[in-house]
Amino acid sequence: MLSGKLFFDYSIPKTLLIKLSGDWRISAGLLSVDEVTSQLIIHPDTAQINLSVSQDLKWDSGLLSFLFKLIRESGRKNIPVACGGLPQEAQRLLALALKAHGANTLSVAASKRDGGGVPDPLNPARKPREPFLERSGGKALQISESLAAGLNFLGDIAVSFLRLITGKSYFRPEDFMLIVQRCGVDTLLLVSLISLLVGMILAFVGSIQLKMFGAQIFISDIVGIAMVRVLSAVMTGIIMSGRIGASFAAELGMMQANEEIDALRTLGISPVEFLVIPRVLALVMMMPVLTIYADLMGVLGGFIISVGMLNLNGIEYLNHTQAAVKLSYVWVGLIHSLVFGVIIAVAGCLRGIECERNAAGVGTATTSAVVTGITGIVIATAVITFICQILGV
Amino acid sequence: MDPTTQPVIEVRDLDLGYNDYIVMRGLSFSVNKGDIFMVMGVNGCGKSTLLKSLIGLRAPAKGKVLYNGKSFWDEDETGQQNIMRRFGVLYQGGALWSSLTVGENVALPLQLYTKLSSRQIQEVVALKLSLVGLEGYEDSFPSGISGGMRKRASLARAIALDPDIIFFDEPSAGLDPINARKLDDLILELRDGLGATVVVITHELASIFAIGNNSVFLDAESKTMIATGPPNVLLANSNEQRVIQFLTRGADLPVNNGHIG
Repeated sequence: MLSGKLFFDYSIPKTLLIKLSGDWRISAGLLSVDEVTSQLIIHPDTAQINLSVSQDLKWDSGLLSFLFKLIRESGRKNIPVACGGLPQEAQRLLALALKAHGANTLSVAASKRDGGGVPDPLNPARKPREPFLERSGGKALQISESLAAGLNFLGDIAVSFLRLITGKSYFRPEDFMLIVQRCGVDTLLLVSLISLLVGMILAFVGSIQLKMFGAQIFISDIVGIAMVRVLSAVMTGIIMSGRIGASFAAELGMMQANEEIDALRTLGISPVEFLVIPRVLALVMMMPVLTIYADLMGVLGGFIISVGMLNLNGIEYLNHTQAAVKLSYVWVGLIHSLVFGVIIAVAGCLRGIECERNAAGVGTATTSAVVTGITGIVIATAVITFICQILGV
Repeated sequence: MDPTTQPVIEVRDLDLGYNDYIVMRGLSFSVNKGDIFMVMGVNGCGKSTLLKSLIGLRAPAKGKVLYNGKSFWDEDETGQQNIMRRFGVLYQGGALWSSLTVGENVALPLQLYTKLSSRQIQEVVALKLSLVGLEGYEDSFPSGISGGMRKRASLARAIALDPDIIFFDEPSAGLDPINARKLDDLILELRDGLGATVVVITHELASIFAIGNNSVFLDAESKTMIATGPPNVLLANSNEQRVIQFLTRGADLPVNNGHIG
């Protein structure tokens, strides 16, 4: 519903008088400048535009944005617009907007001249969309750069770890213990719930097939082997990635944004030694412990379903589990968990340290930490499984 | 103070930039012992980028920064750290480590670089905190104190090791006029008490004239420094219109044009 009205008057030769009336407020909608430009096409000899307003005119930025566009359009055609007929306040605001517009146009032109096409990082202009090949090439380069950054970071961690072992680095035990608590005790409930349920689900799914052969007792084998070899570690890894990896990234990201990491650097403290090493160590230490715990909870889940719903004998179930699960399977599970611990902690800390210095950057870093963590976990699982297959473990 | 001695900081033909983009070029100035040196300029002119190159956080695109004759960016990592250890930096937002208490923040540099016992460290921390008027706040966390107090706590951390040079990044930003004035007084007292050299990145005119005894003006338009010298002298003698405009808060701009640039 547009209630702003335009009247065109050509009573003076070569001059277009535009009379504005009605409601020109934003709430009433914005009128397009096209009507005026088509008038200029019909009357190509127009050399001057005058504006006048009626008594009943209601206006706010709606009118101003129309006039701002009109003045710029007619400026392009070298037709001056006389604003003398507008309300005083509107004239002042328009003059202000046009002054800033003029200055910006000039400075954009100047920066293009000075910078030779190099974008100003403090005032980035919207870039035109690059062609598909260029974009995919850029993405590929980005991936290789981020891999290189990851490897660099791992190298830094290794060096800092060596310094820690040789007693040359600064280590705060109280910080470390707090992180251990967060990675360990504080996640116990979540790990219990998820592993118990995964054990139960496995038992249920297994029972559907095994029942047909009257071989329900082998549910214990399925649950035991699957949980101990890989599932406990993977489930714990995913939980920790979402909970701990994300929190590492958010913490370090906020510290980056608040210049806390700069403050460490200027004091000669390596952020990797001070912030990353305790986090990586704590998580790598807690992951195997949590995985063993998740193994037990998974077996318990299978036990509950088998004994409670499928009427298997409890002692028999446990004996069967014990026979099926070899010690080597436990080691395989523990190796998974150690590798996952490193992946999650490194991904979280790296994303946090790389974080841009704003709130959106912290959000992106957190998301990216979880995505990197989980992707890393899946890839590592595939690699370890493949290696175990070759080694015959 | 002997004016013939070597400058504490000497900046030679410094270019600053991000990747290929140059923010400032051709900076050359020196800071003498005991100076309160003001780095002035409008928003976005590159003051903070200069600070980063001075305190060792970002390598300049070109040029040298000399500390007592040693070129910082030509030193190896150990050499750089030895120089940095003599700095105290007060960041704009304080940058206190949020997981540590105020006391632990001030204590950390002492734990790292001195052989004091934890009890002695507590005593030094208490002294530093009382110097900035925060005695008794040892056990507060940074999130539990006001912005002005965070800044003072951060100053206590910056002076923990009795630095030779203290850098201030926009010290009055976010402070009310009274607290800004108190911070200026504190800067003067610490300079005199510690015998330190002070570099202040600021655009706060009141501070510039109250405490600055030397300065450099970075110009955003020409992307270089266009004046250096004591602020009062610049105000009286400078021929550069933009320096005068800055130092007089744009007194020659048309009044009431309402435009904020």
